[in-house]
Amino acid sequence: MYEVRFHGRGGQGSVTAANTLADAAFREGKDVQAFPMFGVERRGAPVTAFTRIDEKRIDLKIQIYEPDVVVVLDTSLLDVVDVSSGLKPGGIVILNTSKEPGSFDFGDADIYTVDATSIAVENGLGTETSPIVNTAILGAYSRAIGNVKLESIYEAIENNVPVKIENNKKAAKEAFEKTKGV
Amino acid sequence: MGEQKSLTIKGNMATALGAKLCRPNVVPAYPITPSTLFPEKMSEFIADGELDASMINVESEHSAMSACIGASATGARVVTASASQGVALMHEMLFIASGMRLPIVMAVGNRALSAPINIWCDHQDTIASRDSGWLQFYAENNQEGLDLMINAFRIAEDDRVLLPVMVGIDAFVLTHTIEGVDVPAQEDVDNFLPTYDPKQGTLNPKEPATFGSFAPPEFYQEFKQAQTQAIEDSRSVIDEVFDDYAERFGRQYNKVSTFECDDADIILLTMGSMSGTAREAVRKMRKDGKKVGLAKLTVFRPFPMPELKDILGDAKGVAVIERNISPGFGGAVFAELGATFVNEKDRPIMKNFITGLGGRDIFIENFEEMYQKTKDAVEASKVEEPVEWINMNEEVTR
Repeated sequence: MYEVRFHGRGGQGSVTAANTLADAAFREGKDVQAFPMFGVERRGAPVTAFTRIDEKRIDLKIQIYEPDVVVVLDTSLLDVVDVSSGLKPGGIVILNTSKEPGSFDFGDADIYTVDATSIAVENGLGTETSPIVNTAILGAYSRAIGNVKLESIYEAIENNVPVKIENNKKAAKEAFEKTKGV
Repeated sequence: MGEQKSLTIKGNMATALGAKLCRPNVVPAYPITPSTLFPEKMSEFIADGELDASMINVESEHSAMSACIGASATGARVVTASASQGVALMHEMLFIASGMRLPIVMAVGNRALSAPINIWCDHQDTIASRDSGWLQFYAENNQEGLDLMINAFRIAEDDRVLLPVMVGIDAFVLTHTIEGVDVPAQEDVDNFLPTYDPKQGTLNPKEPATFGSFAPPEFYQEFKQAQTQAIEDSRSVIDEVFDDYAERFGRQYNKVSTFECDDADIILLTMGSMSGTAREAVRKMRKDGKKVGLAKLTVFRPFPMPELKDILGDAKGVAVIERNISPGFGGAVFAELGATFVNEKDRPIMKNFITGLGGRDIFIENFEEMYQKTKDAVEASKVEEPVEWINMNEEVTR
């Protein structure tokens, strides 16, 4: 079983990212769950969302406390949220940043970075001040983790993203290609 | 057979799609967390022309259920959704729906009751409606949520039953969680569930009649006995309908489903989404050589006494695990299971565990602990503490 936690801010699409990742894995015949941090949501506030992926049927009905992967959509959260909290030993952190993976330290975690903000803005997804980076970051997820194919993420984007489908697919592809730390 | 579509959807979407496939005529609803997506989706289906039904927006849950009653009394197929305080506010109307023998179906996002305010999962809302005369089904996952909605209409509308049904899906754990769900084709649901064609009288201005009006002491008790007989009769109808659904759609439902119970010394009895984690716990404990099984209650009303006697009768101990509490006693299922076995000479040791209230997760370690406490009671042939609270936050209770 593979457990992923997304950190973002309300409006950036963290919940859609978790749902889209689940849908992509489901299309490959895996069993999935995706859910937001159970509770109330506000635009701009820190948002946490989760995806669970397994080759066999998932029976577990509890939230995710010890993820295999943490995906950070907004590095301004690093000052306010302990994003690597509960991360499994040897886990993976994927960050949306223009910086190199070596600029960060999360203990023994493997770190991957991608400038999802620039990629999103160049593809007309959101604005420079509030970019919608969820589809770009999923491209980086596919490259870094490899347990969900980029083609499945395209299909899931078609199914889950309401507008600018081609731009979102292009953002995922560019992020896949530009992921650092591979 | 049409092709089933596989989708990744939230629990609320699963119950809404299940309801839509049943082609309801009227949807009176008042939104409340965590069920709000249900009326939103039903209203979208209607606006998009996918469902030919009337949505009735009301100002409270009391009015929502009142509108359900009025609409259903005309012979319409009626569905609604609610949760927690909403179900509580409907309370007096719930009895009128069942007393008038109206086959309304309601999806409930099972949520804790105030005070203190809490929007998360437990079963207190529907358990508090236990005596309202509604049938009650509880889903373990989103697939069950969708399937049970479709089964609920067929059972509710059966001439031998004519009673309303609640389908419970756990707040957030199911309502807000995306899972893979197989959605049956419309033509197949149409074949499974014929158009509602009430043989009993219905409200019709051309043939005026009064329903549910007044029964003095000479008649009231007979009404209640007839209503109670109908829920007794629903037992065999539920089995029939579940079996027909399995034949058509390949998914078998049971009033009580079992896992690893055949040679089990200790059986965990669960309801709702916790059953999934409990199954994982049983797999883990079986690997450790423990003779443990799982019995999941899908149907809580009518209470499946004969089935539970069969399944649990040979076990040495039963851990009754509940997300509800009747203050001054214990859990509702524990009370009824005790009564189920009261006249049996041989019966398992029974322990009651209250946990998972107000959205607290129930972990695999918690199930292991409850297994062990039940096993200890069996070995001691004595139950010191019949009702125990599990997974307390020590920092708060200290």
